[in-house]
Amino acid sequence: MHDHSPDAPGSGVAPGGGGPVAPAVGPEMWRSLEELARTPEARAVLARAAAAAPLPDGVDRRSFLQLMGASLALAGLACTRQPIEKIVPYVKQPEEIVPGRPLYYASAVLCGGAATGVLVETHQGRPTKVEGNPDHPASLGASDRFMQAAILDLYDPDRSQVLTYLLEIATWPRCVEELRAALASQAAVRGAGVRLLTPTVTSPTLAGQIEAFLAAHPEAKWVQYEADNEAAALAGARIAFGMPLVPRYELARADVILTLDSDFLATGPGNVRYARDCGARRRLESAGSAGMNRLYAVEICPTSSGALADHRLTLRPRLVPHFAAALAATIGTAGIPMPAIGFDDRTARWLAAVARDLVQHRGRSLVVPGAQQPAAVHALAHAINVALGNVGATVTYGDPIAIHPTDQQAELTDLVADMRAGRVDTLMILGSNPVYDAPADLRFAEAMAKVRWRFHHGLHHDETAELCHWHVPATHPFECWSDARAYDGTLTVLQPLIQPLYDGHSAHDVLAAMLGRAGTPGLDLVREHWMATRSGADFDAWWRLTLHDGIAAGTQFPAREVGLREDAVRAAVAALPPSGAGDLEIALRPDPNIGDGRHANNGWLQELPKPWSKLTWDNAALMSPQTAAQFQVENGDVVRLRSTGGEVEAPVWVLPGHAEQCITAHLGYGRRRSGRIGTGAGFDAYRLRTTDTPWDALVTLERTGRRATLVSTQEHHSMQGRDLVRVATAAQVAHGDAAGEHGGESAHGDLSLYPPHPYDGYSWGMSIDLGACTGCNACVVACHAENNVPIVGKDQVRRGREMHWIRIDRYFDGDPATPEVHHQPVLCMHCENAPCEVVCPVAATTHSPEGLNEMTYNRCVGTRYCSNNCPYKVRRFNFYPFSDTETPVLDLMRNPDVTIRTRGVMEKCTYCVQRINQVRQDTKVEGRSIRDGDVVTACQQACPTEAIVFGDINDPHSRVARRRADPRHYGLLEELNTRPRTTYLTRTRNPNPELEAL
Amino acid sequence: MSSTHGQTLPPRAPVIAPGHTPASVTDKISSVVLQRTPRWFFGALAVTSGLLMMFLFAVTWLFAKGIGIWGNNVPVGWGFDIINFVWWIGIGHAGTLISAILLLLRQSWRTSINRFAEAMTLFAVVCAAMYPILHLGRPWVFYWLMPHPNAMGLWPQFRSPLIWDVFAVSTYATVSLLFWFVGLIPDLATLRDRAKHPIVQHIYGILAMGWRGSARHWHNYEVAYGLLAALATPLVVSVHTVVSFDFAVGLLPGWHTTIFPPYFVAGAIFSGFAMVVTLAVPLRAVFGLHDFITMRHLHNMAKIMLVTGLIVAYGYAMELFMAWYSGNEYERFVFLNRITGPYRVSWFMLILCNVIASQLLWFRRIRNSVIALWVLSIVINVGMWLERFVIIVTSLHRDFLPSSWGMYQPTRWDVMTFVGTIGLFLTLLFLFIRVLPMISIFEMRTLVPEAKERRPS
Repeated sequence: MHDHSPDAPGSGVAPGGGGPVAPAVGPEMWRSLEELARTPEARAVLARAAAAAPLPDGVDRRSFLQLMGASLALAGLACTRQPIEKIVPYVKQPEEIVPGRPLYYASAVLCGGAATGVLVETHQGRPTKVEGNPDHPASLGASDRFMQAAILDLYDPDRSQVLTYLLEIATWPRCVEELRAALASQAAVRGAGVRLLTPTVTSPTLAGQIEAFLAAHPEAKWVQYEADNEAAALAGARIAFGMPLVPRYELARADVILTLDSDFLATGPGNVRYARDCGARRRLESAGSAGMNRLYAVEICPTSSGALADHRLTLRPRLVPHFAAALAATIGTAGIPMPAIGFDDRTARWLAAVARDLVQHRGRSLVVPGAQQPAAVHALAHAINVALGNVGATVTYGDPIAIHPTDQQAELTDLVADMRAGRVDTLMILGSNPVYDAPADLRFAEAMAKVRWRFHHGLHHDETAELCHWHVPATHPFECWSDARAYDGTLTVLQPLIQPLYDGHSAHDVLAAMLGRAGTPGLDLVREHWMATRSGADFDAWWRLTLHDGIAAGTQFPAREVGLREDAVRAAVAALPPSGAGDLEIALRPDPNIGDGRHANNGWLQELPKPWSKLTWDNAALMSPQTAAQFQVENGDVVRLRSTGGEVEAPVWVLPGHAEQCITAHLGYGRRRSGRIGTGAGFDAYRLRTTDTPWDALVTLERTGRRATLVSTQEHHSMQGRDLVRVATAAQVAHGDAAGEHGGESAHGDLSLYPPHPYDGYSWGMSIDLGACTGCNACVVACHAENNVPIVGKDQVRRGREMHWIRIDRYFDGDPATPEVHHQPVLCMHCENAPCEVVCPVAATTHSPEGLNEMTYNRCVGTRYCSNNCPYKVRRFNFYPFSDTETPVLDLMRNPDVTIRTRGVMEKCTYCVQRINQVRQDTKVEGRSIRDGDVVTACQQACPTEAIVFGDINDPHSRVARRRADPRHYGLLEELNTRPRTTYLTRTRNPNPELEAL
Repeated sequence: MSSTHGQTLPPRAPVIAPGHTPASVTDKISSVVLQRTPRWFFGALAVTSGLLMMFLFAVTWLFAKGIGIWGNNVPVGWGFDIINFVWWIGIGHAGTLISAILLLLRQSWRTSINRFAEAMTLFAVVCAAMYPILHLGRPWVFYWLMPHPNAMGLWPQFRSPLIWDVFAVSTYATVSLLFWFVGLIPDLATLRDRAKHPIVQHIYGILAMGWRGSARHWHNYEVAYGLLAALATPLVVSVHTVVSFDFAVGLLPGWHTTIFPPYFVAGAIFSGFAMVVTLAVPLRAVFGLHDFITMRHLHNMAKIMLVTGLIVAYGYAMELFMAWYSGNEYERFVFLNRITGPYRVSWFMLILCNVIASQLLWFRRIRNSVIALWVLSIVINVGMWLERFVIIVTSLHRDFLPSSWGMYQPTRWDVMTFVGTIGLFLTLLFLFIRVLPMISIFEMRTLVPEAKERRPS
């Protein structure tokens, strides 16, 4: 029966667009490619299909009845007994495995090749949760949304599960055989027809294997391509310093920071570490004597970093390089002349004030260029940092972590040219999806059809796999041995946490097979590499320590001495394209939630509201209110955008705080072959992308008159003048005016008919420093993973039924063109006078002796009265059986310490009560009481800026108690006398007095 | 209620048309039950039971799929479910008021309408009682709301108004049923005596519980009926007061108001009388009961509607005034949002139906027009439904944090369930008028002049 519910929900696999669930199997899709249909394999397939053809058309009554009878008889036969399974207890308890107790293993999550160290919680061999590795320099224990969602990537039911040849199931030995044959046929020409396409490789082992392969096939070529590549950054460093170097920021030392269209706090290598360092200087309690830093952001599309900034300036894409040049000229860098461009008054005053502030903080300032900015901006930023004496203080330069840092854009272009010219015989694609994410003007798929033997290796049977002869399912990084480098070069050895769920092979396995070593265990491959390359005694001890710690100590790349090439920078500035005027520009950016499209099938990330727009399940043509008014479009209007690369139809979303005269479209959507979640969601912005200007383009906009449904979790922008997010400047706080401009009604004290409950033991509470929240969403995804929070699908989000236990409210303040944005994480307040508790007719929500507001799911009858009466609306109701209990692989993913909620019950944040109880048990065994920091909630643990603090309010020395004593401390809607336990610190900003009036 | 017997006033219209004797009254009313089933009845029953089937279908789908098929969401956790619950419960109130309070006040005009008003109460309560069960996320455990011995340590949480509701509504249903049934006993005996078919005789005989009409029976009857009336009287006030607590006890702006109990009770009587008029007018026409349900009845009911309508209007005005006078920004916003927000149409319709349209009842010409009264009664029923919609939806959809604001849109399942309960109500009503005397025969007999003459004045 067809499911009549608007959207069959599921914890990991709510359908996005209703695309094909199973891969479309059948040889007919190959008929278009004539040469394929002529291969003997294809003929054999067709012949087999013909032989198995069904009955002739005219089935007479007799044979029909025979068949029916036989079917009935067989239907009866099919009811066999369940297979006998034996449940055997451990005869000998394996060391360290205690049923019910998780173990943590160090590994890493990769993003664009850069590793962030993680500790993965595993329950009886099942990884269930990812935490940042406190020892790892890129994490320091924190994480981001991608790391938190990695666990769902692992258990994604739509992962490719079988090895296929021409879309039919095949075997690995046969694949290896063919692979060897293909390579052997190229041996005569020294591999001249062989191309290897990978994403950015930072794995020394993999690079070693590739080098060995290239040594054996000297004419073969290795191409790296990543849609979100760093080509511009490397080119910028080449201009500035003559060599490809990568900046590493020391944000703890930076007093004044300017970003040039960079979301360095939420995306890119090292973002978690940067957010931690920057966050420490945004929280008054930790900023200490150094004081708060001041953050300026120049942006096109609003980002998380911009949300944290004290001052934001929006510019359309082609103005940003000129702004950078003007800044360099104002500061007096490298003899760069003032560009002859007239900025508007606000921009000019902004620029002057920022320049003064940067100069005043010489050696303690920092300019951060965005990865999507052209090389000249990077060069200018480096030049300014050199001029301000920041190099060595707030920024150092080191070697790139990519083993072969190349201009990926150019490499891919060459590859396509080779394919088109018929110079490529064998194409090995390892983990890339160029058919989807290559720039539109390359027409990759068309060129690839000319390749005789195509091989794809990847986690999904994606757009590229569809057009390859062979597809080998990849192992998830949590399923195999590998290694990788962090943003600063620190080495992590990735160890498998679970046996491969499917018939998967790692990239190392494929390379080993290419090298004639098929079947060599991954462990041996990685160990061998390090045994061979690492000097020093006692390899085993080093190996064990490295595995245990998740980092190899002392492997970070040293800082390089740099010398600025002023002429080159000047030349780059002189070569800047004109800023243009009157044209409509588009900025193409990786999506904040699903990146370049690789996370498109991750339901947690798809349903995650985007930091500023709060859109879920879609990308959109984002534009400012003024631009929307100019084109007479509003939210949901479908427009046709046309660039030189191609055209797309995209729905409009009006976003206050976006730059004028331009549009932002996020990449990663419009997947044609992704899975239940990703296929069909959003539109494919890659179709606007060209090789020469990959990150922005000129577009024309045309209204289509059609409308599309875009779903946002927050439709109201304004606080309505209510006292919700309090804001104060650091100066005001210093003068004792901590309530700031929104200072509101004070609480009623302890007005109650009942005597207060004495909390003799623990009394839990949480405090959130609004000044440190970037709205990056790591906490939201962490809560998904920790608490088995289901996703509900786009249609249910539209109906207001999303299940997030923690949400990040976003409010705009001030002029819609240049608004101030406030992010406020809102979760259950665990009110002392909880309005939900009194109205529950069955006592399903009650107060614990330690102050928690607890839900007893199996007592809840589902009246929803508690939700109605909750002024914070943090309660979530299971309108349908949202948790997917049908997909077996998702059972492995669940946190066994947290109940799966059924249909018809209310749920909400528990303060991770399972963690509190675990710590309570442990400390009881140890015979001590719980100390501050023993209990860490999932959201707190994930938070990169340490905005969230949890602990015992009764302990006056706990961090949460100290925050509650802070004059900036306040409770949300405290005037209702709910006496919340989750409270906030006034958002403290550190604005430049010069710009206050702007 | 107005009951001045002033000499100066013109003589009142009689509560029963002249020329009736006890025998003619009995004949007339019992014949509706005992005659052959008229053909139109099957047609009408087919329509209403069709709606009832739709209700069963909608409920089956609800049980199979979950509350998600409705439009409820977060922040609007209650939608059509509780709107309809309050609406139906409110409708029931007129029945109890007519039977109990007017009985105690010796309002003889109640006699011809109390029986079907009570039946209406009962059926409205049946419809209303569906919703608290249907609206549960897990309806199969609805009995957890009642105290019962169990091994799971379950016990109702008595601070919750929903528990008060359970007691209020179940008490109300029980008392209403008893009251109705006790009042039916003498008439059941009449039907037993008049029925021709042995099976019918037996059924009425069993239900009549051995009534022989002895003086002792009549004495016991009068005592029991009086006691039940006294029991039912506080229920008129208490049930809707408790229902209003569902809202008033919450802290939501627009709900958290002390005026709710009286204003809900008045609204309930307002809508209840409107429903009695809605039902009485067609019944009287179809069964030719103009002699028993006279213009005097319609007049009196119109006056009660006018008075309760004015109380309700005062409630609206006072809500608005207090929202302004309190100075509470949330209260102010909620009322401003009711009037200017996305649901403003329902607010204006509500004012139009309940406040403005009901002022027409000041005019004797309107009160004298059966059609006008009937149309007005339907308008008031619509208005009272809208009142509950406005109170529930507009208070919930934009409360304290603008971040969690949302909209509520009912789905086809919401509508089907609502229309389905109307089908249930009408089906029960049709069955009732077919098998039981819709007007109290024995009480009507006391109204004929003959009865008056024998009574010492």
